[in-house]
Amino acid sequence: MTLWLIIIGMGVVTYAIRLSPIVLLERVDIPPVVRRALRFVPPAVLSAIILPGLLRPGGTLDISLGNARLLAGALAAFVAWRTKNVLLTIGAGMAALWILQILIR
Amino acid sequence: MPSPRSEFLSGVKALLPILLGVIPFGMIYGVLALGAGLPAGVALAMSSIVFAGSAQFVGAQLIATGTPGVVIVLTTFIVNLRHMLYGASVAPHLKHLHPLWRWLLAYLLTDEAYAVTITHYNQPGASPSSSASKHWYFLGAGLALWSTWQASTAVGIFLGTQVPASWALDFTLTLTFIALVVPALNDRPSAAAAISAGVVAVLVADLPLKLGLMVAALTGILVGLWLERNASGALRPSRPLSLDP
Repeated sequence: MTLWLIIIGMGVVTYAIRLSPIVLLERVDIPPVVRRALRFVPPAVLSAIILPGLLRPGGTLDISLGNARLLAGALAAFVAWRTKNVLLTIGAGMAALWILQILIR
Repeated sequence: MPSPRSEFLSGVKALLPILLGVIPFGMIYGVLALGAGLPAGVALAMSSIVFAGSAQFVGAQLIATGTPGVVIVLTTFIVNLRHMLYGASVAPHLKHLHPLWRWLLAYLLTDEAYAVTITHYNQPGASPSSSASKHWYFLGAGLALWSTWQASTAVGIFLGTQVPASWALDFTLTLTFIALVVPALNDRPSAAAAISAGVVAVLVADLPLKLGLMVAALTGILVGLWLERNASGALRPSRPLSLDP
């Protein structure tokens, strides 16, 4: 039930963002600072999700060679940087995670 | 003047090459939404209720980590805020339409549909009279993307149910984000925004209500803005990071 409420909330917010400038026919002036801030949203939000996932996989900080997700994520970042290919990055990261999980165990 | 039918078909046609990139994304979303622990029905419903790729990926991840709903909805707002720019940009072209048309087209306003439609509206030689049926082009592009997104996420969800939990597929979400962020870090303000947000997120991860994410994201955005303001030379043109359906 809560899940459905969350999804509907996400949908309402998304639709409101898309609809409001179209319906409010007066020119909607978006402040220049918001315009400029928008391009930093993806790197900031995504990296704020990525780094805790890699550095705190079990909920506590783990910067060691025993942290398979950290190593696999670092390899994936390298592949992403060199190839800019999403599927290749996911493939390399998952392969690394599976191999490391066997080695570290 | 082109007929509604030919405008609609041109819109569909303009979107076809983009679909090649959308189909794998939809399938990945389906697989990893299940990996993140979402029931299949909820994962599928999100594709039509939210219909915004990046927000769906982020939402699935936040639901998986037990983030409170209010924070998820707020994050969705920030992630999708760029659509307001698209809306403001197409609004003058939709003024003459019935409200039902405008409500429908607003629902179909994604990165991809916007990109092909605004190009069509802004074609050289376009006059108000020649744009009279261009909303059919928008509709064609929007529906082509919408139906492809629904179908590809459904296939991904089906595949996801066949995968055992020991495969740790939840990690594909983190990897997808890495694949999107890393190539986009091609200037100092963007890189600094990402690094500062990531470091702060790790440091404040124990804040209640998962508020660390918001604190970290806002820190990164402010750092990026601050560095950009202090950078000498012209502003770089912004390249929106597109992962929307």
